[in-house]
Order: sequence, then C-alpha cells, then structure tokens
Amino acid sequence: MKPPPFDYIRVETSDEAVDLLAEYGDEAKIIAGGQSLMPMLNMRLVRPQVLIDIAQTSDLRGITKKGKAIEIGATTTQADLGSWSDLSLTLPLLASAIPSIGHFQTRNRGTVCGSLCHADPSSELPACLMLLGGEVELKNKKGTRRVKADDFLIGVLTTAKQDEELAIKAIYPVAQDGAKYAFTEFHHRHGDFAVVGIAGMVVDNKIRIAVGGVADRPEVREWQSLEGSAIDDALNDFAWELRGSDDIHATAQHRRELVRHLGRQVIDNLHVQKNYELSQ
Amino acid sequence: MKKFSHEERHQVKITLNGEAVEGMAEPRLLLTDFLRHEIGATGTHVGCEHGICGACTILVNGKAVRSCLMLAIQADGSEIDTIEGLADKDGNFNALQQAFHENFALQCGYCTPGFLMTLSEYLKSNPDPSIEEIKIALSGNICRCTGYHEIINAAFDAAKVMRDI
Repeated sequence: MKPPPFDYIRVETSDEAVDLLAEYGDEAKIIAGGQSLMPMLNMRLVRPQVLIDIAQTSDLRGITKKGKAIEIGATTTQADLGSWSDLSLTLPLLASAIPSIGHFQTRNRGTVCGSLCHADPSSELPACLMLLGGEVELKNKKGTRRVKADDFLIGVLTTAKQDEELAIKAIYPVAQDGAKYAFTEFHHRHGDFAVVGIAGMVVDNKIRIAVGGVADRPEVREWQSLEGSAIDDALNDFAWELRGSDDIHATAQHRRELVRHLGRQVIDNLHVQKNYELSQ
Repeated sequence: MKKFSHEERHQVKITLNGEAVEGMAEPRLLLTDFLRHEIGATGTHVGCEHGICGACTILVNGKAVRSCLMLAIQADGSEIDTIEGLADKDGNFNALQQAFHENFALQCGYCTPGFLMTLSEYLKSNPDPSIEEIKIALSGNICRCTGYHEIINAAFDAAKVMRDI
C-alpha cells in the first residue's frame, strides 16, 4: 500500500525539531532512517499530519566516547555503528549483535535511536541496552533528560518518550574490565525478527542475561556464581517467569525451550571466553 | 527548516545512473514510485512495499537500500544507481549480469533487479565472499522461482570474475 498524505518538514537542527514537536504533539512523527516507520506508514498503521525529517540535522550524527560510555547520535545508522573501528573493543556485545539486526540494506538506513524508540520486544538494540544498563537522552523545548533503559522501555512499541520529546542520543556503557559478553538469537530466516534473542555478560562471578522476544519488552536476570545444573534450573525458572504467548512465529512452549537452550549457549560461551583468558 | 505541503507536488532532483534527472513528488510519494512513474525508470520493481522482499533495492549514494522504505523527497540531491545503469551503453552485461545469465539465476526475473543491486554494493565491500556469507548477504531478497542455489552460484562466480578484472 501507499502512505496516507502528510506534510513533510526537513529540519536542520534538533532545536527546530523540538519546536515543531511542541507545536504538533502527537500529530507529528519523527523520521530519520524510516526502517520501522515507513512500513507502518505504507500499511497505514500510523497517519501523522506532519513528518519531521531529522536525517539532515547537523547536530545529531556521530559516535563519541565520553568517560565510560559511548554516545550514539540520533541519526547514526546501525551500519555506521557496525563499521565503527572501536566497536569490538568498547562495545563487544553490540559488535556481535549488529549483524542480526535486519539485513545490511536496512542497516544502511535504520538508526540506533530509531530502533530503541520503536521498542519492538524482539529487537536486538533494546535488549543490549537493558543488559548493559544504558540510557536514552531525550530533548524537548525546555531541555534534556536521561532515562535509564529499564524506565525507557515500557512495553510493546511503547517507551517513556513523550510526544513533545525527541530522542537525541543512545548511551551504551563501555565494556567493563575483565567482563565477557555474548549474543545469540533464533530467527526463521537470517534478518527476520528474532523469535528469541539473548544477550549475556559475566563479570567476576556474576552472570547477567537479557531476553528479547518473549515478554512485552526485553527482561533481565542476574545470578551470583551459577554453575552446572543450577544454570539450567535458573534458566527454566526465568523462561516460565517471562510468560511468553503463542503467536504465528512460535508457541509459548517453543519460546521457553529457546530461552533454556540459547540461554545455556550464551552462558557456556561466556565461561569459555573467561576460561580462555585465565589460561593465557 | 523547509516545509513541503501534502497538497502540492514538489521538485525532486537526483542523479540517476550518472545523469541529472528531475521530477515532481508529493511528500508521501515513495522513491520506488517516483523512479517508475515520474522518471519512467521501470527497472526497479515493486514487491511487498514494506521492506521484506528486497525487489525494490537500489543504491542511494552507493549504499543498497530498499526504495519502498524511502520517500522521493528524502532522496532529493542524492546519487541513485538502479538496474538500468549496470549494462554499458551498447547493452553489454556487466560481470554480475553475465554471471546471472550463465548460471540460470533468474526465471520470471521479477526479483532480479533487487538481487543485482544488493550484490552490486555487497561484492564491493566483500570481493571474496564464502557461500555462507553470500547466503547471509542475500537473506533480505526473496525469489520464488529459482530456489536460490543458482543465484548464490552466480554471486560466487561474479565475485571471481570481478576480482580478476
């Protein structure tokens, strides 16, 4: 199908964008890469009066390291981040998750902040933000505020961002010293939405995983020094607590099995990485 | 800041396969439809219109993108490459097209422009791909005729030829 009619405004700065958001409120939609919004427009699931294009703003692009965090500007594409030379050193989790985000053609336009704001429960970047305890910086006419991932991601396609706010940065904490990271997911075809995606990390003896695709947002659990069959028991409890449901892609039972199986894969991977380092 | 009303059509100028072209577009016009109906470049095909099938893949400033997930007005000032720009002026196939021809990598041909444009960018960034890498690179393009094996073989052969040129 074709999009319904809308006015289109191309802005040059984030100030212009938030002025317009203050004026139009929920009648406006922000577009940058458009890889989630354009399908929704084409299927007429959204009918904004105004589309505000921030893709050509001068102040929202780029990846910068500030202290112990990486700040990713709103118009930075997933491909920009994927090809950033410092990625594997500073954000190894994202380096392994990015190839699973859609296809390279959609990563060429899709932005990091766009994926977080779209808040699809199965998408990779929100699960990684939850695992690492990252933040999103929001801007309105009055100023900016930072919202923690746990408070930002509310549910299916729902975030704490208000209608008059623009997400200007995604903030991912840099890999901790000695910590190990892993990501894996199950999809029916490479690039499809994940049925279940799991991001994991181990630091000291603390294991932490984030599961996407089961509950209505990515959920995190943390355990102290988990080993042997206790890992499987913990994952089984987690799988049931997520209260997944049946849909066209998988049954709830299949999703629980994927949490148990992929969760074990991720945790084993983390242990292998850790033991390899100890043996060196 | 520049505002474009939904009630009017606005001028969009692009460089298409190296030539400057222009046309009119209301804000909601998809880049696919602009190329086909406004410019008359019907080589780019419309499939699913929500970013799943890859038939409408073109290059925008050298990057493979889905032209159904982009507005014509967003492409103003861009350099765009489509299937029409692959063969030379005399109609001789480029290495990629030739490999598709020789490997029987198309039957009905509807998806072919998307596959060729996807591979046009991909084989530049990875000139020596494995079969597994090709499968992942092509996972965003759907073909209902070939069963994919011929397409994967063609991509593999084309990469070989392009490395030798």
